[in-house]
Amino acid sequence: MYFTGIDIGSTSAKAIVLNKNSEIIYKDVMPTGWSSLETANRIKENLAEVGVKADNSKFVATGYGRVSVPYANKTVTEITCHGKGAAYLFNTDACTVIDIGGQDTKIISIAGGQVVDFIMNDKCSAGTGRFLEIMANTLGVSLSELSNLARTGSGITISSMCTVFAESEVISLIGSGQSKQNIAFGVIESITNKVKSLCGKHASSNNNFYLTGGLCENDYIIESLSDKLEAAVISSPLGRYAGAVGAALLAKSLK
Amino acid sequence: MTNINLPKRFEEYADARKNGFLKVKEIKENGGKVAGVFCTFTPLEILDAAGLHPVGLCGMSDETIIDAEADLPKNLCPLIKSSYGFAVSDKCPYTYFSDIIIGETTCDGKKKMYELLGEIKDTYILQLPQGIDRDYAPKMWESELRRLIKTLEEKFGVEITEEKLIKAAALRNRIRKLYCEFLELGKLDPPAIKGYDMYKVIEGAGFSFDLEENCKKLCDLIDSTKKAYEEGNRPVEKDAKRILVTGCPIGGVLDKVINSIETNGGVVVCFENCGGIKPVRNMVDESADDIVSAIAERYLDIGCSVMSPNPRRMEMIPGLLKEFRIDGVIEIVLQTCHPYSVEKREIKKLVNGAGLPYMAMETDYSKSDLGQIKTRVSAFIEML
Repeated sequence: MYFTGIDIGSTSAKAIVLNKNSEIIYKDVMPTGWSSLETANRIKENLAEVGVKADNSKFVATGYGRVSVPYANKTVTEITCHGKGAAYLFNTDACTVIDIGGQDTKIISIAGGQVVDFIMNDKCSAGTGRFLEIMANTLGVSLSELSNLARTGSGITISSMCTVFAESEVISLIGSGQSKQNIAFGVIESITNKVKSLCGKHASSNNNFYLTGGLCENDYIIESLSDKLEAAVISSPLGRYAGAVGAALLAKSLK
Repeated sequence: MTNINLPKRFEEYADARKNGFLKVKEIKENGGKVAGVFCTFTPLEILDAAGLHPVGLCGMSDETIIDAEADLPKNLCPLIKSSYGFAVSDKCPYTYFSDIIIGETTCDGKKKMYELLGEIKDTYILQLPQGIDRDYAPKMWESELRRLIKTLEEKFGVEITEEKLIKAAALRNRIRKLYCEFLELGKLDPPAIKGYDMYKVIEGAGFSFDLEENCKKLCDLIDSTKKAYEEGNRPVEKDAKRILVTGCPIGGVLDKVINSIETNGGVVVCFENCGGIKPVRNMVDESADDIVSAIAERYLDIGCSVMSPNPRRMEMIPGLLKEFRIDGVIEIVLQTCHPYSVEKREIKKLVNGAGLPYMAMETDYSKSDLGQIKTRVSAFIEML
């Protein structure tokens, strides 16, 4: 028997298959694209190729596109799944999870392996992955180039919290002849400051921070977060799968 | 979830706002006078004694926000914008038919909006003292009420006697007691009524102008709901998580937020908001030597976040958590409502201190954040 978690996020879709010993035996990631349903079906085809099907697996769907997975046995929100997934990936039952997603940033408190509290950015996209993507586009660089540039930059603050306004702020900085490095630095500072203020609002007493989501392999962001939070922030290349892992674990507990 | 037909009377209430349009027209045609009000601080007894029919004008739809934004800033509370928009666009018959509008100096957004409203409608403002810890606050409020009495007497050529006020206080107390009894149906486990329906009833009752009939209907509704419950009618699943909703007035986000709670494994058993239990628990002392002073005292005790400090809200919530056996608290803050938004921190502390989870959500009257609200609410309920 297999247990499959499918996380259809706003930017990318992830799938994880666990065996009965809760070991990860398969993982898959692809851009979500314009149709969650189509993406869910592509995941289903990929799973079928490795022999994971409705008759030998249970499926739990999560992420904003969770309702578009017709073959899911259950849907669970990404907050619960990220909490569960992070507790599993980082082998802890008490921590604070920072998930920087495509359209939401969430701070989740875990105690006893369960979500006990969480906070999310309000409806605007400030402080999310989408913000970084748009800024990288404006600067004409990739996400990883953006953080490499930021490493050698300094001195710039992007004061706008709104992505649209921040973009015009960045454009005027480019116009005023600021270096890409300095602007990139300002962009990433803006994200990590936003996360810090969310953590402050959250007032979590647990300083074991784990980063999940698509920025899990971005060393510079992890360093900048650690600086801001004055505590080590740990991640793993599997961090982007945390939601899918959590969903797969929840599939295990389905009756 | 099992689908149980609501007693007919619930639907009646849901339609009450619409049906009220015709009633208010009839009142006007027969020479009656209407007073538009916005807030639970408005001393209804005085309006009753003046022979006025009070009606709530709080905007609950984003339909008129675009009209309001011609005069008001975009980043203002949706309730204020919606209410003002209804007035400038003549889209709300209640505003249209109001002979006078009574406002209070509550939050900054409202009080500045009333200044603009005053240009198009006859608007009277009560100066609400906000430091109830000061000795002079009740006296100031009392003198504000006396000033209102004088104004209404002159404007409408009526006499507001002590006798009329005592009679009005007795009737309003009766209604408030019935509201309490009705809202306390949420104490049952599982509750005898969904939060959404409960709120619709209270909202609808505000648009029925015959107060005696209102009492009778509410009595019947309480009886029939209790009876149906005793006969085994369970409109709410046994394992639904019991939610207390607090924060801003929520009439305009009822469908978005309350429905999200009640279709994702929760049930709102108690509304602490001003459309719920907050303003109906304290009564006017009908036997007081001075009825105006007794009315003033009663209204000043409402725990709204415009008060600074605001001890009454902090005193009320812990009791409600126990009484209604709450599993979790959801606070709803309307966009840019600074008083409730800042007070969130204290409420969170209070709720967490009682060992319960708390979540706050900022929203407005648009549908743009429906998906996020659903995710947030579901995640909160999954956590309980």
